[in-house]
Amino acid sequence: METTITINGVARTFDVEPRVLLVDLLRTRAGLTGTHIGCDTTSCGVCTVLLDGRPVKSCTVFAVQAGGREVTTVEGLVKNGELHPIQAAFKEEHGLQCGYCTPAMMLVGTALIERNPDPSDEEVRWAISGNLCRCTGYMNIVKAIQRAASEMRHAAEGSTVG
Amino acid sequence: MYPAMFDYLAPTSVEETLSILAERGDEVKVLAGGQSLIPMMKLRFASPSTLVDIGRLPGLSQIDETDGYLRLGALVRHNDVVDSDLVRRTNHTMSAAAPWIADPVVRNLGTIGGSLAHADPEGDWASVMLACGGEIVATSTSGQRVLPVTEFIVDMFTTMLRPDELLTEVRVPKYHGRAGGAYLKLERKIGDYATAAVATHLELGGDGRIATAGIALTSVAPKNTKAVDAEQLLVGQAPSDELFAEAAELAARASDPKTDVRGPAEYKRDVVRVFVRRGLAKAAELASVA
Repeated sequence: METTITINGVARTFDVEPRVLLVDLLRTRAGLTGTHIGCDTTSCGVCTVLLDGRPVKSCTVFAVQAGGREVTTVEGLVKNGELHPIQAAFKEEHGLQCGYCTPAMMLVGTALIERNPDPSDEEVRWAISGNLCRCTGYMNIVKAIQRAASEMRHAAEGSTVG
Repeated sequence: MYPAMFDYLAPTSVEETLSILAERGDEVKVLAGGQSLIPMMKLRFASPSTLVDIGRLPGLSQIDETDGYLRLGALVRHNDVVDSDLVRRTNHTMSAAAPWIADPVVRNLGTIGGSLAHADPEGDWASVMLACGGEIVATSTSGQRVLPVTEFIVDMFTTMLRPDELLTEVRVPKYHGRAGGAYLKLERKIGDYATAAVATHLELGGDGRIATAGIALTSVAPKNTKAVDAEQLLVGQAPSDELFAEAAELAARASDPKTDVRGPAEYKRDVVRVFVRRGLAKAAELASVA
């Protein structure tokens, strides 16, 4: 069946079987391989994307359920060729090793910062508790999300003053 | 992993959904947030021939307080409950349970109505509802039925919902006077089912004695279990540590846990005993300052 999903700001129409999972549509049909597949059982969270701004596990959503809605993937974070502050912060704080969980962690981080511009250590850890990282031990992921929050707060203050 | 093929319907109103269910309720399965159904379909434990996706239906996502009830539309997401000031003010048990359901990402899609209709015996909401006197509103083209959750949950994965009915609302009575509640859950890791969990709810009368008591247990019996003997012991009594310890013993006896990867049965029964005592103390503490 035909379904139209706004992916990273662009409305795209696909002819898909209803059983196609959103993660597979993104990777194989939309060509956006930044969204990873890990456990495929709603546990690890590496397939997390934003659906109307809220993090969801795209291995547990049928693509047709996203019809008429907005999906943001890691590829949607870059604006005008510039890294999103959360991407820059993950780079600066070395918030990744193998990188497999990183797109999901960054998206969960941006959704958290949107709701809570100054998250505590505990709040960050709570927010990412549905996402597994098997190599960094989370320390630098938490630092990176907090650094991004700080950068974004300062940028917002700067623009208000200006 | 891929589910078997199915037909997909996405009605745009409750009325349209009800007429689909009236015509072919036997063949279809309702998809709400999908956080339990889709994994089961991927494992092929469930292979419905047609899915009716109600996920984008308007009018089923509200949380409000009318006619003596705190009402939640079937599509209220677990995280909507976490975020709700109204729930925080009016029902401690719900408010305490919501952050412990699944994980923060799953909570963005999973719904309270879907969770109750799914009737997973290890689900958290059913215990909350059993402790708080919750009810389900089931709607069909022939009208509405209000079903107490005590009757609604028949057995594991089995409810009283008829094939032509849609669960449209979940509601709990508003407290009379001073009330408090708690939900205590032990889990091995975020997102796991409970090793054991306990929902408590107390309402105090004008004389300070317990007027209403609710205790329900998760993951320690073939279905969510209301600890009726313990509840009856409490009613009419003044709250005290000794009373709560006695109620906890009765509740532990009402549990029937299995030894599995989450722990031995005796351990789980002991967790029930400790959690009931703590949960009642917390409920009494919240009620005394309400």
